[in-house]
Amino acid sequence: MPQPEAPQPEAPQLEAASPADETTLVHQAKAGDLAAFSELVTRYEGKVFRLTRHILNSREDAEDVTQEAFLKAFTHLDGFQENSRFYTWVVRIAVNESLMRLRKSGRRPMVSLDEPVDTGEDEMVRELAVWDETPEQKYSQEELRAILDQAVDSLGPIYRAVFLLRDVDELSTEETANALDLSIPAVKSRLLRARLQLREILTQHFKRKGDDILAYL
Amino acid sequence: MTSLLTCKEFLGWLNEYLDETAAAEIRSLVESHISTCPNCWVIHDTTKKTLQVYKGMEPQLLPPEIHNRILSLLEKAALEKRAAQSD
Ligand SMILES: [Zn+2]
Repeated sequence: MPQPEAPQPEAPQLEAASPADETTLVHQAKAGDLAAFSELVTRYEGKVFRLTRHILNSREDAEDVTQEAFLKAFTHLDGFQENSRFYTWVVRIAVNESLMRLRKSGRRPMVSLDEPVDTGEDEMVRELAVWDETPEQKYSQEELRAILDQAVDSLGPIYRAVFLLRDVDELSTEETANALDLSIPAVKSRLLRARLQLREILTQHFKRKGDDILAYL
Repeated sequence: MTSLLTCKEFLGWLNEYLDETAAAEIRSLVESHISTCPNCWVIHDTTKKTLQVYKGMEPQLLPPEIHNRILSLLEKAALEKRAAQSD
């Protein structure tokens, strides 16, 4: 039975990106409502910026690409078929822009997200130290952010993009595959490698101190 | 019914196990492996914690001047779009 408006402090907050809401905004934007499109920009610009900054390794380039991606999305909005979420579509545009820029700059002439992965996962595991219970509490927010960002940047661009979309933005495997134009098995194998590699790097920071001491004995 | 997992097979199922998309049968195979293999227990535990520290990460804001630049470029593009349509 529906209850009359009782206050529900435990009720889950309305998701900022609830799909229905996003669809409405997209429809309004398609009908020429600029405010609706601006709302979509506000909602996703931070995530697009983070992703492109990690792919491009340059703050300035990422600012440009983020701007380009939203402008392109706006100009081509009529062509957006809505087979995927708007966010996935914008990510796709932003990733393509990023890769084009990398190729043009000659910094990574051959960059492609579809490079074959070498699949020696078992060789990926070297660090077997146990972590502190709550290692992240030993660091300030800024220190922690720096550690986590650096760890992601030490991955190849392919792995960075897959990890950020799948494990930080929490897109599904299908959405990640769609955004990056990869097959589902390709997303899965890249994700495993990215996770294991990050685990290795973070272990250097987060391992239990006692284990270190033992290692020196 | 099935035999135990090797360490390599365990790694092959690690993603699905951590994402909680592994079938019940695989789940229990993974669990029995990590309860008897200390190395794989550490891998499982620290990979899980790796995902946990990243999950809460809020993206840093796009600098406000870039945000404003995008909005003003959009306004311009909207005007051009409208002009093109009314032609
Ligand atoms: Zn094992």
